[in-house]
Amino acid sequence: MESMLHITTLHYLVLGAALFLLGVIGVLTRRNVVIVLMSIELILNAVNLNLVAFSHMWGGLHGQIFAIFVITDAAAEAAVGLGILIAFFRNKETINIDEVHLLKW
Amino acid sequence: MFFLTHIWLIPLLPAVGAAVMLLFGRKLQKNSVSAVCVGTIVLAFLMACGAVREYSAWSSTAEHYRQPYQTILYTWLGTDTGHMNYTTHDGSPAPFQADAGFLLDPLSSIWLLFVTGVGMLIHIYSTGYMAHEGGYYRFFGYLNLFMFSMLTLILANNYVLMFVGWEGVGLCSYLLIGFYFHRKSATDAGNKAFIVNRIGDAGFLLGMFFIAWYFGSLRFTEVTHIARSGRFAIGDPIITAATLLLFVGACGKSAQLPLYVWLPDAMEGPTPVSALIHAATMVTAGVYMVARSNAIFVLAPASMKTVAIVGALTAIFAASIGLVQNDIKRVLAYSTVSQLGYMFLALGVGAFAAGVFHVFTHAFFKALLFLGAGSVIHSMSGEQDMRNMGDLGHRIPTTHRTMFIATLAIAGIFPFAGFFSKDAILWETWSREGGAYRFLWYVGYATALMTAFYMFRLMYLTFHGHPRMSHEAEHHIHESPISMTAPLVVLALFAIVAGWLGWPHSLGGSDRFTTFLEPVFAPEARVLQEEGRTGQLVAGVEEEHNTGTEWMLMGLSLAAAGAGWGMAWKNYRHADKDYKEPIAVAAPPVYNTLLHKYYVDEAYDYVFTGRRKLGDVRLGVLGFGEGSAWFDTHIIDGAVNTAGWITRLSAAISSWWDKWIIDGLFVNGVAYSTLPFSWFARLFEWGLVQWYALVMTAGLVGFVFYYVYH
Repeated sequence: MESMLHITTLHYLVLGAALFLLGVIGVLTRRNVVIVLMSIELILNAVNLNLVAFSHMWGGLHGQIFAIFVITDAAAEAAVGLGILIAFFRNKETINIDEVHLLKW
Repeated sequence: MFFLTHIWLIPLLPAVGAAVMLLFGRKLQKNSVSAVCVGTIVLAFLMACGAVREYSAWSSTAEHYRQPYQTILYTWLGTDTGHMNYTTHDGSPAPFQADAGFLLDPLSSIWLLFVTGVGMLIHIYSTGYMAHEGGYYRFFGYLNLFMFSMLTLILANNYVLMFVGWEGVGLCSYLLIGFYFHRKSATDAGNKAFIVNRIGDAGFLLGMFFIAWYFGSLRFTEVTHIARSGRFAIGDPIITAATLLLFVGACGKSAQLPLYVWLPDAMEGPTPVSALIHAATMVTAGVYMVARSNAIFVLAPASMKTVAIVGALTAIFAASIGLVQNDIKRVLAYSTVSQLGYMFLALGVGAFAAGVFHVFTHAFFKALLFLGAGSVIHSMSGEQDMRNMGDLGHRIPTTHRTMFIATLAIAGIFPFAGFFSKDAILWETWSREGGAYRFLWYVGYATALMTAFYMFRLMYLTFHGHPRMSHEAEHHIHESPISMTAPLVVLALFAIVAGWLGWPHSLGGSDRFTTFLEPVFAPEARVLQEEGRTGQLVAGVEEEHNTGTEWMLMGLSLAAAGAGWGMAWKNYRHADKDYKEPIAVAAPPVYNTLLHKYYVDEAYDYVFTGRRKLGDVRLGVLGFGEGSAWFDTHIIDGAVNTAGWITRLSAAISSWWDKWIIDGLFVNGVAYSTLPFSWFARLFEWGLVQWYALVMTAGLVGFVFYYVYH
């Protein structure tokens, strides 16, 4: 019982893998660009969880600092992504990702 | 010597008047306009009198005996630095240069006096005649401008400055003929005068260039000096050409055949203008120019003959038209053309003094006739047709009497002015060159008969017979104001006495006029005699010998004048509303030809102006107009269009080449030829982002499995 309640690094990794998988499924299956962007956030946060978990395991701070960088990066990426999204919506009046095929050939 | 040294003030005064009128005249009262414009001419006349007085004193001194007085203010055209030299016919360089210089000699003295004198009287007359007209200041401005130009023409000491005045009077003539510019006929007449004069002016210019090239100078004194020096032979072809060209200029300005057509139409202008410009002064400019060039004209006998024949033909031609015209001013216009013909006849036979004498007397009686006609028109409320006049004699007595004097003068009745000048011309025509010109005397004599007839016809139709005007017009008839009658009286006085200056030797006179002009013309007589071209020898013996003949000729011309008077008296004395023209009764075709002025205007319209078509062909300037129009539309425009077509064709080819060869074959062809090679690669491009992501993920998973289980 004692050991069952103890949360180990493995638990974090499993949770991270689950989040990652959810994110990948969201990116691959949803047609709404906003949802795709949100799914990408899920993937990034899964990575963050792994970084913090390993940082805790090894007792160093590098992983946690790296996680903060990733959060910043995610914010910037969201801003740029939404900007592109608005420009796209203005041109096509849709945010369906299947419609984004202008450069097909 | 004040007036002589300040002779440039004489033309300048009217110029100032004109400038004031044309710049500020609109704001001035009529009184001030009259004061300024008449004032300048009165001053100019007084100065002219002073200058001529001083000149006669100056030229009687031993030092300057019979020399022309010349004053040069500055060089206005060209320089004396040698930069504008040209080569004369013998290869020597001469500077092209024209002075603002003034020349006073007996010839210009005469013109100066009668131009300013008659001009002054006509200015005074105009203050009355134009009193109720619009554009009063404009009229007087142009009139003053005309006086300036005319005085420049007279006083110039070289051909170029003379030409400036020549063009100036032409301009003013144009402006004043078209004074009533709201009337199309008036503006047309102005254009006609201007354009016909351009033809003459071209001749004048070319003649001037010939003189510059041949004589190396354009100053009258120098040209005359060289011409009399014996350097050039009589009959020199270049001099003949130059003088003929100058005479073309004179024909234009002085309305000689074939360029006379503008003068009758010029009567569209106000009557004082007809009197001043188209009778007394401007139209005699051609006579002045030929007389001024007498030294070179006598070197060209062919030109002299041309001048004489053209003059005589013009005289009889215009006089015959004048016989049947009904417009009072047109009769006078044709009379002017005819009298100008007399003057050229005199010049042509070498009797320069007689020609100038006729200019002098004609200025007075013709100005008087025109002013009288103006007074008649004024009293008739603008009516000009003599068929609607009659019985005006006792209603406007001053006009009647003065015009009667002028008629006596122009008809050549002794002892009025015209008798002396006309007989001088006829006598010289008879006797010069040993009678070589005698056939022209018959022409001149017939003209004298016609002159008497048409002038007395005018008098009887206007002043005698039965009144033929409407009752309303009859009611308005009134004598003109004193400002108009006073000049008439003064001119009538001169129409009587002006001829006495040239009282011939044969009638016991001394012919002071000819003596006065001797310094200008006498050397010609010597040239003529030395060359043995003339049967006439120095006065004296020969003249006494011929006095009998001269008396006989005088008697004959008096008889002609009397006969003309008698015929007019017989036919028109009792003219009533249905009066018949005797010529129309005797020979209707002749009458119609004369009434239509020999159809000259129509012929010119066919041949020169192109206003009428011969069938379907429009000739215009002898066909040049139509021909050059055809050349323009077919050859020039054809060439232009061909060039356009060629450009268009090459553009079409180039465009086709660009579209199908460059773009099609090389650009698109390459692209299309590579297209088949790309079909396989294109299979991988769905264009669906999520498929790419799926492939990426699958690849990642594949790699992971590979590394884990390898």
